[in-house]
Amino acid sequence: MKKPDLSVNLAGISLRNPIMTASGTFGYGEEFAGYMDLEKIGAIVTKGLSLRPRAGNPMPRIVETAGGMLNAIGLQNVGIDAFIENKTPFFRSISTPVIVNFFGNSVEEYAKLAARLDAVPEVSGVEINISCPNVKHGGIVFGTDPKAAFSVVRAVRGATGKPVIAKLSPNVTDIVEMALACAEAGADSLSLINTITGMAIDLQKRRPRISNVTGGLSGPAVKPVALRMVWQVYQAVKLPIIGIGGIVTATDALEFMVAGATAVQVGTANFMTPDASQRIAEDMERYLKENGVRDVKEMIGSLRV
Amino acid sequence: MTLNGWTKINMHFKSVVLTNIEISPGYRRVRLTAPRGILEAKPGQFVMLRVRDGVDPLLRRPFCIYDVGTFSPDYPDASRRCYFEILYKVVGKGTSILASLHEKDSVDVLAPLGNGFNPGEEGEEKLLVGGGFGLAPLYFLARRLVEKSPIKVFIGGRRKEDVLCVTEFEQLGIDTYVATDDGTLGSRGLVTEVLEEHLSMEGMSRSVFACGPEPMLRAVAGMCEKYRINCQVSLEATMACGVGACLGCVVKGASHSEDSPDYRCVCKEGPVFDTSQLLCEDQAEGAAS
Repeated sequence: MKKPDLSVNLAGISLRNPIMTASGTFGYGEEFAGYMDLEKIGAIVTKGLSLRPRAGNPMPRIVETAGGMLNAIGLQNVGIDAFIENKTPFFRSISTPVIVNFFGNSVEEYAKLAARLDAVPEVSGVEINISCPNVKHGGIVFGTDPKAAFSVVRAVRGATGKPVIAKLSPNVTDIVEMALACAEAGADSLSLINTITGMAIDLQKRRPRISNVTGGLSGPAVKPVALRMVWQVYQAVKLPIIGIGGIVTATDALEFMVAGATAVQVGTANFMTPDASQRIAEDMERYLKENGVRDVKEMIGSLRV
Repeated sequence: MTLNGWTKINMHFKSVVLTNIEISPGYRRVRLTAPRGILEAKPGQFVMLRVRDGVDPLLRRPFCIYDVGTFSPDYPDASRRCYFEILYKVVGKGTSILASLHEKDSVDVLAPLGNGFNPGEEGEEKLLVGGGFGLAPLYFLARRLVEKSPIKVFIGGRRKEDVLCVTEFEQLGIDTYVATDDGTLGSRGLVTEVLEEHLSMEGMSRSVFACGPEPMLRAVAGMCEKYRINCQVSLEATMACGVGACLGCVVKGASHSEDSPDYRCVCKEGPVFDTSQLLCEDQAEGAAS
Protein backbone atom coordinates (compact mmCIF):
# COMPACT_ATOMS: atom_id res chain seq x y z
CA MET A 1 0.00 0.00 0.00
CA LYS A 2 1.03 3.56 -0.71
CA LYS A 3 2.13 5.79 2.15
CA PRO A 4 -1.02 7.07 3.85
CA ASP A 5 -1.69 10.80 3.74
CA LEU A 6 -1.27 12.20 7.24
CA SER A 7 -1.53 15.88 6.37
CA VAL A 8 -4.34 18.00 7.73
CA ASN A 9 -5.29 21.62 7.28
CA LEU A 10 -5.85 23.39 10.53
CA ALA A 11 -7.61 26.68 9.95
CA GLY A 12 -5.24 27.52 7.11
CA ILE A 13 -2.10 26.07 8.71
CA SER A 14 -0.84 23.03 6.78
CA LEU A 15 0.33 20.31 9.11
CA ARG A 16 2.38 17.40 7.76
CA ASN A 17 0.60 15.23 10.31
CA PRO A 18 -1.96 15.86 13.05
CA ILE A 19 0.54 15.67 15.92
CA MET A 20 1.21 18.95 17.70
CA THR A 21 2.83 19.60 21.06
CA ALA A 22 0.80 21.11 23.88
CA SER A 23 1.72 24.50 25.30
CA GLY A 24 3.76 24.36 28.48
CA THR A 25 5.02 20.84 27.87
CA PHE A 26 7.44 21.53 25.05
CA GLY A 27 9.18 24.76 26.05
CA TYR A 28 10.02 26.65 22.87
CA GLY A 29 10.84 23.49 20.90
CA GLU A 30 14.61 23.87 21.05
CA GLU A 31 14.76 22.04 24.40
CA PHE A 32 13.71 18.87 22.57
CA ALA A 33 15.79 19.25 19.42
CA GLY A 34 18.57 17.04 20.78
CA TYR A 35 16.18 14.17 21.46
CA MET A 36 13.95 14.05 18.38
CA ASP A 37 13.46 15.34 14.85
CA LEU A 38 11.22 18.39 15.07
CA GLU A 39 10.53 18.01 11.33
CA LYS A 40 8.54 14.84 12.03
CA ILE A 41 5.63 16.47 13.83
CA GLY A 42 2.78 18.66 12.65
CA ALA A 43 3.30 21.80 14.73
CA ILE A 44 4.89 23.14 17.88
CA VAL A 45 2.83 25.13 20.38
CA THR A 46 5.05 27.19 22.66
CA LYS A 47 4.84 27.97 26.38
CA GLY A 48 2.12 30.48 27.39
CA LEU A 49 3.41 33.99 26.70
CA SER A 50 2.51 37.31 28.32
CA LEU A 51 3.35 40.95 27.61
CA ARG A 52 5.76 41.13 30.51
CA PRO A 53 7.90 38.37 32.04
CA ARG A 54 6.11 36.40 34.72
CA ALA A 55 7.74 34.82 37.76
CA GLY A 56 5.33 31.93 38.20
CA ASN A 57 4.37 30.16 41.42
CA PRO A 58 6.62 29.12 44.33
CA MET A 59 7.94 25.56 44.52
CA PRO A 60 6.83 22.81 44.70
CA ARG A 61 5.05 23.18 41.41
CA ILE A 62 4.47 19.61 40.26
CA VAL A 63 3.49 16.28 41.75
CA GLU A 64 2.77 12.93 40.18
CA THR A 65 -0.68 11.46 40.90
CA ALA A 66 -2.37 8.21 39.85
CA GLY A 67 -2.21 8.13 36.06
CA GLY A 68 -1.28 11.76 35.80
CA MET A 69 0.35 14.79 37.32
CA LEU A 70 -0.69 18.05 38.89
CA ASN A 71 1.09 21.24 37.98
CA ALA A 72 0.87 24.82 39.09
CA ILE A 73 3.78 26.44 37.28
CA GLY A 74 1.92 29.74 37.23
CA LEU A 75 2.66 30.71 33.63
CA GLN A 76 6.31 31.56 34.25
CA ASN A 77 7.56 32.94 30.94
CA VAL A 78 10.10 35.28 29.43
CA GLY A 79 7.62 37.88 28.12
CA ILE A 80 7.07 38.94 24.52
CA ASP A 81 10.23 41.05 24.09
CA ALA A 82 12.64 38.31 25.16
CA PHE A 83 10.54 35.81 23.22
CA ILE A 84 10.95 37.72 19.97
CA GLU A 85 14.62 38.39 20.56
CA ASN A 86 15.79 35.02 21.90
CA LYS A 87 13.32 32.38 20.83
CA THR A 88 12.26 33.21 17.28
CA PRO A 89 15.72 32.77 15.65
CA PHE A 90 15.46 29.04 16.38
CA PHE A 91 12.06 28.88 14.66
CA ARG A 92 13.70 30.00 11.42
CA SER A 93 15.87 26.87 11.49
CA ILE A 94 12.87 24.51 11.32
CA SER A 95 10.08 24.16 8.79
CA THR A 96 7.50 22.90 11.30
CA PRO A 97 4.87 25.58 11.98
CA VAL A 98 5.11 27.31 15.35
CA ILE A 99 1.93 28.36 17.13
CA VAL A 100 2.25 30.71 20.08
CA ASN A 101 0.07 30.25 23.13
CA PHE A 102 -0.50 33.53 24.98
CA PHE A 103 -2.56 35.14 27.71
CA GLY A 104 -3.29 38.51 29.27
CA ASN A 105 -4.84 40.14 32.31
CA SER A 106 -7.43 42.05 30.32
CA VAL A 107 -9.12 42.07 26.93
CA GLU A 108 -6.80 44.94 25.94
CA GLU A 109 -3.71 42.97 26.88
CA TYR A 110 -4.86 39.98 24.84
CA ALA A 111 -5.40 42.27 21.85
CA LYS A 112 -2.05 44.02 22.32
CA LEU A 113 -0.18 40.70 22.43
CA ALA A 114 -2.06 39.38 19.43
CA ALA A 115 -1.05 42.48 17.49
CA ARG A 116 2.60 42.08 18.50
CA LEU A 117 2.57 38.41 17.47
CA ASP A 118 0.86 39.30 14.20
CA ALA A 119 4.06 41.11 13.21
CA VAL A 120 6.30 38.09 13.89
CA PRO A 121 6.78 36.18 10.64
CA GLU A 122 8.03 33.02 12.40
CA VAL A 123 4.64 32.60 14.08
CA SER A 124 2.13 30.58 12.03
CA GLY A 125 -0.80 31.01 14.36
CA VAL A 126 -1.83 31.94 17.87
CA GLU A 127 -3.53 29.95 20.58
CA ILE A 128 -5.47 32.03 23.08
CA ASN A 129 -5.08 30.70 26.58
CA ILE A 130 -8.35 31.41 28.32
CA SER A 131 -8.01 28.40 30.51
CA CYS A 132 -5.00 28.33 32.81
CA PRO A 133 -6.38 27.27 36.20
CA ASN A 134 -3.30 28.19 38.22
CA VAL A 135 -3.15 31.98 38.30
CA LYS A 136 -5.81 34.51 39.20
CA HIS A 137 -5.58 36.33 35.90
CA GLY A 138 -4.23 33.50 33.77
CA GLY A 139 -7.28 33.61 31.63
CA ILE A 140 -9.52 31.33 33.64
CA VAL A 141 -11.85 34.27 34.26
CA PHE A 142 -12.23 34.50 30.51
CA GLY A 143 -12.41 30.76 30.16
CA THR A 144 -15.41 30.12 32.36
CA ASP A 145 -17.71 32.94 31.29
CA PRO A 146 -18.97 32.73 27.69
CA LYS A 147 -19.44 36.52 27.44
CA ALA A 148 -15.89 37.20 28.60
CA ALA A 149 -14.55 34.51 26.26
CA PHE A 150 -16.45 36.12 23.41
CA SER A 151 -14.89 39.54 24.06
CA VAL A 152 -11.34 38.19 24.30
CA VAL A 153 -11.60 36.11 21.15
CA ARG A 154 -13.22 38.96 19.24
CA ALA A 155 -10.51 41.39 20.33
CA VAL A 156 -7.78 38.96 19.29
CA ARG A 157 -9.56 38.26 16.02
CA GLY A 158 -9.55 41.98 15.29
CA ALA A 159 -5.84 42.29 16.13
CA THR A 160 -4.37 39.55 13.97
CA GLY A 161 -4.72 38.08 10.52
CA LYS A 162 -3.06 34.86 11.66
CA PRO A 163 -5.15 31.79 12.43
CA VAL A 164 -6.67 32.05 15.91
CA ILE A 165 -7.13 29.00 18.12
CA ALA A 166 -9.06 29.30 21.40
CA LYS A 167 -7.93 26.85 24.09
CA LEU A 168 -10.84 25.83 26.27
CA SER A 169 -10.98 24.96 29.94
CA PRO A 170 -12.76 21.80 31.07
CA ASN A 171 -13.54 23.48 34.40
CA VAL A 172 -16.97 24.63 33.25
CA THR A 173 -20.51 23.35 33.48
CA ASP A 174 -21.07 23.34 29.74
CA ILE A 175 -18.07 23.35 27.40
CA VAL A 176 -20.32 23.53 24.35
CA GLU A 177 -21.55 26.94 25.44
CA MET A 178 -17.94 28.15 25.69
CA ALA A 179 -17.10 26.65 22.30
CA LEU A 180 -20.06 28.35 20.67
CA ALA A 181 -19.10 31.72 22.16
CA CYS A 182 -15.54 31.42 20.81
CA ALA A 183 -16.78 30.31 17.40
CA GLU A 184 -19.19 33.22 17.18
CA ALA A 185 -16.41 35.63 18.15
CA GLY A 186 -14.38 34.52 15.16
CA ALA A 187 -12.02 31.78 16.35
CA ASP A 188 -10.66 29.63 13.52
CA SER A 189 -10.16 26.55 15.65
CA LEU A 190 -10.72 25.28 19.18
CA SER A 191 -8.27 23.31 21.27
CA LEU A 192 -9.47 21.28 24.22
CA ILE A 193 -8.96 20.48 26.97
CA ASN A 194 -6.62 22.39 29.24
CA THR A 195 -5.93 20.78 32.63
CA ILE A 196 -8.65 19.85 35.11
CA THR A 197 -8.33 21.57 38.49
CA GLY A 198 -7.24 19.10 41.12
CA MET A 199 -5.46 18.67 44.42
CA ALA A 200 -3.05 16.31 46.15
CA ILE A 201 -2.44 16.11 49.87
CA ASP A 202 0.49 14.90 51.97
CA LEU A 203 -1.33 13.15 54.80
CA GLN A 204 1.57 13.08 57.28
CA LYS A 205 2.13 16.81 56.95
CA ARG A 206 -1.55 17.58 56.26
CA ARG A 207 -0.31 19.94 53.63
CA PRO A 208 -1.03 20.33 49.92
CA ARG A 209 1.63 18.71 47.76
CA ILE A 210 1.99 21.80 45.58
CA SER A 211 2.43 25.33 46.89
CA ASN A 212 -0.54 26.73 44.98
CA VAL A 213 -2.75 24.21 46.87
CA THR A 214 -4.67 23.39 43.68
CA GLY A 215 -3.17 22.61 40.32
CA GLY A 216 -4.02 21.37 36.86
CA LEU A 217 -4.36 17.62 36.33
CA SER A 218 -2.97 16.22 33.09
CA GLY A 219 -1.92 12.86 31.73
CA PRO A 220 -3.76 9.61 30.95
CA ALA A 221 -6.12 10.18 33.91
CA VAL A 222 -7.91 13.01 32.06
CA LYS A 223 -8.28 11.32 28.69
CA PRO A 224 -11.88 10.05 29.06
CA VAL A 225 -13.04 13.53 30.12
CA ALA A 226 -11.21 15.12 27.19
CA LEU A 227 -12.62 12.63 24.68
CA ARG A 228 -16.14 13.28 25.92
CA MET A 229 -15.70 17.04 25.57
CA VAL A 230 -14.20 16.81 22.08
CA TRP A 231 -17.14 14.67 21.01
CA GLN A 232 -19.65 17.11 22.49
CA VAL A 233 -18.02 20.13 20.88
CA TYR A 234 -17.63 18.34 17.54
CA GLN A 235 -21.38 17.79 17.37
CA ALA A 236 -22.17 21.42 18.11
CA VAL A 237 -19.48 23.47 16.34
CA LYS A 238 -18.24 23.36 12.77
CA LEU A 239 -14.67 24.58 13.50
CA PRO A 240 -11.66 22.26 13.36
CA ILE A 241 -10.94 20.88 16.82
CA ILE A 242 -7.57 20.08 18.38
CA GLY A 243 -7.94 17.25 20.88
CA ILE A 244 -5.78 17.38 24.00
CA GLY A 245 -5.76 15.22 27.12
CA GLY A 246 -3.58 12.30 28.13
CA ILE A 247 -2.39 11.33 24.67
CA VAL A 248 0.52 8.92 25.11
CA THR A 249 0.15 6.61 22.09
CA ALA A 250 -0.98 6.82 18.47
CA THR A 251 -4.08 4.91 19.52
CA ASP A 252 -4.95 7.68 21.97
CA ALA A 253 -4.41 10.30 19.25
CA LEU A 254 -6.60 8.45 16.75
CA GLU A 255 -9.38 8.02 19.29
CA PHE A 256 -9.50 11.82 19.59
CA MET A 257 -9.73 12.08 15.81
CA VAL A 258 -12.55 9.56 15.72
CA ALA A 259 -14.32 11.70 18.32
CA GLY A 260 -14.02 14.70 16.02
CA ALA A 261 -10.55 16.20 16.33
CA THR A 262 -8.72 17.36 13.20
CA ALA A 263 -5.40 17.43 15.05
CA VAL A 264 -4.17 16.60 18.52
CA GLN A 265 -1.69 17.97 21.02
CA VAL A 266 0.68 15.77 22.98
CA GLY A 267 1.39 17.19 26.43
CA THR A 268 2.43 15.27 29.52
CA ALA A 269 3.82 12.47 27.34
CA ASN A 270 6.66 14.84 26.34
CA PHE A 271 7.77 14.68 29.97
CA MET A 272 7.55 10.90 30.03
CA THR A 273 9.84 10.67 27.06
CA PRO A 274 11.16 13.58 25.02
CA ASP A 275 10.54 12.03 21.59
CA ALA A 276 6.93 11.06 22.41
CA SER A 277 5.38 13.31 19.75
CA GLN A 278 7.61 11.99 16.96
CA ARG A 279 6.99 8.39 18.04
CA ILE A 280 3.21 8.98 18.08
CA ALA A 281 3.34 10.46 14.57
CA GLU A 282 5.33 7.45 13.31
CA ASP A 283 3.07 4.95 15.03
CA MET A 284 0.02 6.72 13.61
CA GLU A 285 1.36 6.27 10.09
CA ARG A 286 1.98 2.58 10.82
CA TYR A 287 -1.55 2.15 12.18
CA LEU A 288 -3.11 3.72 9.10
CA LYS A 289 -0.99 1.56 6.80
CA GLU A 290 -1.85 -1.63 8.70
CA ASN A 291 -5.54 -0.80 8.69
CA GLY A 292 -5.78 0.26 5.08
CA VAL A 293 -6.62 3.90 5.80
CA ARG A 294 -5.34 6.03 2.92
CA ASP A 295 -5.98 9.41 4.46
CA VAL A 296 -5.97 10.31 8.14
CA LYS A 297 -8.76 12.81 7.46
CA GLU A 298 -11.09 9.82 7.05
CA MET A 299 -10.72 9.29 10.79
CA ILE A 300 -12.09 12.71 11.80
CA GLY A 301 -15.50 12.37 13.44
CA SER A 302 -15.86 8.79 12.26
CA LEU A 303 -17.32 7.59 15.57
CA ARG A 304 -20.11 5.09 15.08
CA VAL A 305 -22.83 5.57 17.65
CA MET B 1 26.67 23.49 23.07
CA THR B 2 29.12 24.23 25.81
CA LEU B 3 28.18 25.43 29.26
CA ASN B 4 30.70 25.98 32.06
CA GLY B 5 33.25 24.41 29.76
CA TRP B 6 31.43 21.08 29.67
CA THR B 7 30.44 19.63 26.33
CA LYS B 8 26.72 18.86 26.21
CA ILE B 9 25.54 15.65 24.64
CA ASN B 10 21.98 14.35 24.52
CA MET B 11 21.60 10.61 24.80
CA HIS B 12 18.40 8.60 25.05
CA PHE B 13 18.96 4.86 25.30
CA LYS B 14 17.71 1.52 26.55
CA SER B 15 19.92 0.21 29.26
CA VAL B 16 20.33 -3.21 30.84
CA VAL B 17 20.88 -3.85 34.53
CA LEU B 18 24.28 -5.40 35.23
CA THR B 19 24.12 -5.42 39.03
CA ASN B 20 21.73 -3.96 41.57
CA ILE B 21 22.90 -4.41 45.14
CA GLU B 22 22.08 -3.18 48.60
CA ILE B 23 25.02 -1.20 49.98
CA SER B 24 23.46 -0.29 53.33
CA PRO B 25 19.95 -0.91 54.71
CA GLY B 26 17.58 1.02 52.40
CA TYR B 27 20.32 2.18 50.03
CA ARG B 28 21.29 0.52 46.77
CA ARG B 29 23.70 0.86 43.88
CA VAL B 30 22.71 -0.12 40.37
CA ARG B 31 25.08 -0.56 37.44
CA LEU B 32 23.55 -0.03 33.99
CA THR B 33 24.87 -0.42 30.45
CA ALA B 34 25.35 2.71 28.38
CA PRO B 35 26.72 3.92 25.04
CA ARG B 36 30.32 5.13 24.92
CA GLY B 37 29.19 8.72 25.28
CA ILE B 38 28.55 8.10 28.97
CA LEU B 39 32.30 8.24 29.53
CA GLU B 40 32.04 11.97 28.75
CA ALA B 41 29.67 12.51 31.68
CA LYS B 42 30.90 15.04 34.24
CA PRO B 43 30.66 14.70 38.01
CA GLY B 44 27.42 16.37 39.11
CA GLN B 45 25.51 15.49 35.96
CA PHE B 46 22.45 13.31 36.34
CA VAL B 47 20.26 10.83 34.50
CA MET B 48 16.49 10.45 34.18
CA LEU B 49 15.33 6.84 34.43
CA ARG B 50 12.07 5.35 33.24
CA VAL B 51 12.03 2.23 35.39
CA ARG B 52 9.35 0.39 33.43
CA ASP B 53 7.12 0.74 30.37
CA GLY B 54 3.58 2.06 30.59
CA VAL B 55 2.15 5.02 32.45
CA ASP B 56 2.77 3.99 36.06
CA PRO B 57 4.99 5.52 37.23
CA LEU B 58 4.24 8.32 34.80
CA LEU B 59 7.39 10.38 35.08
CA ARG B 60 11.07 9.56 34.98
CA ARG B 61 13.11 9.77 38.16
CA PRO B 62 16.33 11.81 38.38
CA PHE B 63 19.55 10.34 39.84
CA CYS B 64 23.07 11.72 40.03
CA ILE B 65 25.77 9.69 38.35
CA TYR B 66 27.96 7.87 40.89
CA ASP B 67 30.50 6.43 38.50
CA VAL B 68 31.13 5.47 34.88
CA GLY B 69 33.46 2.88 33.44
CA THR B 70 33.97 -0.02 31.08
CA PHE B 71 33.64 -3.78 31.52
CA SER B 72 34.19 -6.97 29.52
CA PRO B 73 30.98 -8.88 28.87
CA ASP B 74 31.41 -12.55 29.83
CA TYR B 75 31.09 -14.04 26.38
CA PRO B 76 33.94 -14.85 24.02
CA ASP B 77 35.56 -12.11 21.94
CA ALA B 78 33.31 -9.43 23.36
CA SER B 79 34.63 -5.92 23.13
CA ARG B 80 34.57 -3.77 26.23
CA ARG B 81 31.31 -2.04 26.96
CA CYS B 82 30.42 1.00 29.04
CA TYR B 83 28.36 1.37 32.16
CA PHE B 84 27.27 3.96 34.68
CA GLU B 85 26.19 3.60 38.27
CA ILE B 86 23.78 5.42 40.53
CA LEU B 87 23.21 5.30 44.27
CA TYR B 88 19.64 5.49 45.44
CA LYS B 89 17.51 5.22 48.51
CA VAL B 90 14.25 3.30 48.27
CA VAL B 91 11.68 5.99 49.06
CA GLY B 92 8.67 5.56 46.78
CA LYS B 93 7.17 3.75 43.85
CA GLY B 94 9.88 4.57 41.31
CA THR B 95 12.79 3.57 43.52
CA SER B 96 10.93 0.45 44.78
CA ILE B 97 10.53 -0.74 41.21
CA LEU B 98 14.16 0.08 40.53
CA ALA B 99 15.17 -1.94 43.60
CA SER B 100 13.24 -4.95 42.27
CA LEU B 101 15.09 -5.04 38.94
CA HIS B 102 17.48 -7.90 38.25
CA GLU B 103 20.37 -8.51 35.92
CA LYS B 104 19.24 -8.19 32.26
CA ASP B 105 16.10 -6.20 33.13
CA SER B 106 15.97 -2.98 31.16
CA VAL B 107 15.27 0.68 31.84
CA ASP B 108 15.02 3.74 29.58
CA VAL B 109 17.61 6.45 30.18
CA LEU B 110 18.19 10.10 29.35
CA ALA B 111 21.81 10.96 30.11
CA PRO B 112 23.89 12.83 30.91
CA LEU B 113 21.74 15.81 31.91
CA GLY B 114 22.48 19.18 33.48
CA ASN B 115 25.81 20.73 34.32
CA GLY B 116 28.52 19.19 36.43
CA PHE B 117 30.76 20.66 39.09
CA ASN B 118 33.35 23.16 38.00
CA PRO B 119 36.49 21.41 39.24
CA GLY B 120 38.29 24.68 39.98
CA GLU B 121 42.02 25.19 40.41
CA GLU B 122 44.35 22.23 40.42
CA GLY B 123 46.34 21.80 43.60
CA GLU B 124 43.79 23.69 45.69
CA GLU B 125 42.26 21.71 48.55
CA LYS B 126 38.83 20.27 47.70
CA LEU B 127 36.42 19.79 50.58
CA LEU B 128 33.51 17.50 49.73
CA VAL B 129 30.51 17.51 52.04
CA GLY B 130 27.65 15.08 51.65
CA GLY B 131 24.84 13.23 53.32
CA GLY B 132 23.03 10.04 52.30
CA PHE B 133 22.94 9.37 48.57
CA GLY B 134 24.22 12.92 48.12
CA LEU B 135 27.62 11.24 48.24
CA ALA B 136 27.04 9.91 44.72
CA PRO B 137 28.21 12.91 42.67
CA LEU B 138 30.93 13.67 45.22
CA TYR B 139 32.47 10.23 44.81
CA PHE B 140 32.45 10.68 41.03
CA LEU B 141 34.09 14.09 41.50
CA ALA B 142 36.70 12.67 43.87
CA ARG B 143 37.63 9.97 41.36
CA ARG B 144 38.33 12.67 38.80
CA LEU B 145 40.20 15.04 41.08
CA VAL B 146 42.15 12.73 43.34
CA GLU B 147 45.29 12.79 41.19
CA LYS B 148 45.33 16.57 40.93
CA SER B 149 44.29 18.01 44.26
CA PRO B 150 44.28 17.15 47.94
CA ILE B 151 40.74 16.12 48.92
CA LYS B 152 38.95 15.74 52.23
CA VAL B 153 35.43 14.35 52.47
CA PHE B 154 32.92 15.05 55.23
CA ILE B 155 30.13 12.50 55.41
CA GLY B 156 27.02 12.91 57.52
CA GLY B 157 24.01 10.78 58.34
CA ARG B 158 21.35 10.21 60.97
CA ARG B 159 22.65 6.77 61.87
CA LYS B 160 25.55 4.70 60.69
CA GLU B 161 23.33 3.04 58.04
CA ASP B 162 22.96 6.44 56.36
CA VAL B 163 26.71 6.90 56.04
CA LEU B 164 27.67 5.77 52.58
CA CYS B 165 30.85 5.38 50.57
CA VAL B 166 33.40 5.64 53.42
CA THR B 167 35.31 2.60 52.16
CA GLU B 168 35.18 3.80 48.58
CA PHE B 169 36.66 7.19 49.49
CA GLU B 170 39.31 5.54 51.69
CA GLN B 171 40.28 3.29 48.80
CA LEU B 172 41.01 6.44 46.82
CA GLY B 173 43.30 7.46 49.66
CA ILE B 174 41.07 10.34 50.73
CA ASP B 175 40.77 11.48 54.35
CA THR B 176 37.20 10.95 55.52
CA TYR B 177 35.47 12.63 58.42
CA VAL B 178 32.18 11.11 59.56
CA ALA B 179 29.47 12.47 61.83
CA THR B 180 26.14 10.89 62.77
CA ASP B 181 23.24 12.40 64.69
CA ASP B 182 23.20 9.47 67.12
CA GLY B 183 26.95 8.94 67.30
CA THR B 184 26.76 5.37 65.94
CA LEU B 185 29.60 6.18 63.54
CA GLY B 186 32.21 8.94 63.67
CA SER B 187 31.58 11.91 65.88
CA ARG B 188 28.16 12.63 67.33
CA GLY B 189 26.47 15.66 65.79
CA LEU B 190 26.23 17.37 62.44
CA VAL B 191 28.74 16.93 59.68
CA THR B 192 28.74 20.69 59.24
CA GLU B 193 30.20 21.06 62.75
CA VAL B 194 33.12 18.90 61.70
CA LEU B 195 33.44 20.94 58.52
CA GLU B 196 33.48 24.20 60.44
CA GLU B 197 36.31 22.97 62.67
CA HIS B 198 38.27 22.45 59.52
CA LEU B 199 37.29 25.72 57.86
CA SER B 200 38.15 27.74 60.95
CA MET B 201 41.77 26.57 60.78
CA GLU B 202 44.10 28.59 58.62
CA GLY B 203 44.96 26.58 55.60
CA MET B 204 45.69 26.50 51.94
CA SER B 205 43.39 27.80 49.23
CA ARG B 206 40.29 25.61 49.11
CA SER B 207 36.79 25.22 47.80
CA VAL B 208 33.72 23.28 48.89
CA PHE B 209 31.47 20.90 46.97
CA ALA B 210 28.28 19.79 48.70
CA CYS B 211 25.34 17.51 48.03
CA GLY B 212 22.83 16.30 50.57
CA PRO B 213 19.67 17.26 52.46
CA GLU B 214 18.53 20.86 52.20
CA PRO B 215 19.29 21.92 55.80
CA MET B 216 22.82 20.61 55.41
CA LEU B 217 23.30 22.53 52.17
CA ARG B 218 22.00 25.73 53.76
CA ALA B 219 24.41 25.33 56.65
CA VAL B 220 27.35 24.61 54.35
CA ALA B 221 26.51 27.58 52.12
CA GLY B 222 26.28 29.89 55.13
CA MET B 223 29.57 28.65 56.49
CA CYS B 224 31.35 29.12 53.18
CA GLU B 225 30.06 32.65 52.99
CA LYS B 226 31.38 33.31 56.48
CA TYR B 227 34.85 31.97 55.64
CA ARG B 228 34.74 33.38 52.09
CA ILE B 229 35.22 30.07 50.41
CA ASN B 230 33.81 29.24 47.02
CA CYS B 231 30.98 26.73 47.35
CA GLN B 232 29.13 24.65 44.79
CA VAL B 233 26.00 22.70 45.71
CA SER B 234 24.21 19.99 43.78
CA LEU B 235 20.45 20.39 44.27
CA GLU B 236 17.68 17.85 44.15
CA ALA B 237 14.19 18.71 42.94
CA THR B 238 11.05 17.01 41.75
CA MET B 239 11.27 17.05 37.97
CA ALA B 240 8.95 16.18 35.14
CA CYS B 241 10.93 16.61 31.92
CA GLY B 242 14.60 16.93 32.92
CA VAL B 243 15.35 19.09 29.87
CA GLY B 244 14.27 22.59 30.93
CA ALA B 245 10.78 22.62 29.44
CA CYS B 246 8.27 22.05 32.22
CA LEU B 247 9.68 24.67 34.65
CA GLY B 248 8.68 22.37 37.50
CA CYS B 249 12.09 22.32 39.20
CA VAL B 250 13.17 25.94 39.50
CA VAL B 251 15.19 27.75 42.17
CA LYS B 252 15.47 31.49 42.59
CA GLY B 253 18.61 33.01 41.14
CA ALA B 254 20.55 35.76 42.95
CA SER B 255 18.83 38.64 41.13
CA HIS B 256 15.29 37.29 41.45
CA SER B 257 12.35 39.61 42.08
CA GLU B 258 8.67 39.43 41.23
CA ASP B 259 9.02 42.01 38.46
CA SER B 260 12.19 40.61 37.07
CA PRO B 261 12.05 36.87 37.62
CA ASP B 262 15.34 35.03 37.76
CA TYR B 263 14.37 31.40 38.05
CA ARG B 264 16.90 28.72 37.19
CA CYS B 265 15.91 25.22 36.20
CA VAL B 266 17.63 22.70 38.47
CA CYS B 267 17.60 20.25 35.56
CA LYS B 268 19.10 22.42 32.88
CA GLU B 269 20.98 25.25 34.56
CA GLY B 270 21.85 23.05 37.55
CA PRO B 271 21.77 20.71 39.28
CA VAL B 272 25.11 22.18 40.37
CA PHE B 273 25.08 25.84 41.29
CA ASP B 274 27.70 28.10 42.73
CA THR B 275 25.95 29.32 45.91
CA SER B 276 26.68 32.92 44.87
CA GLN B 277 24.32 32.36 41.90
CA LEU B 278 21.35 31.61 44.14
CA LEU B 279 19.09 33.83 46.20
CA CYS B 280 19.99 33.39 49.87
CA GLU B 281 16.49 32.60 51.15
CA ASP B 282 16.35 29.79 48.65
CA GLN B 283 19.90 28.83 48.29
CA ALA B 284 19.16 25.23 48.93
CA GLU B 285 15.59 24.81 47.89
CA GLY B 286 15.17 21.09 47.66
CA ALA B 287 17.75 18.67 48.91
CA ALA B 288 20.58 17.18 47.00
CA SER B 289 20.48 14.16 44.84
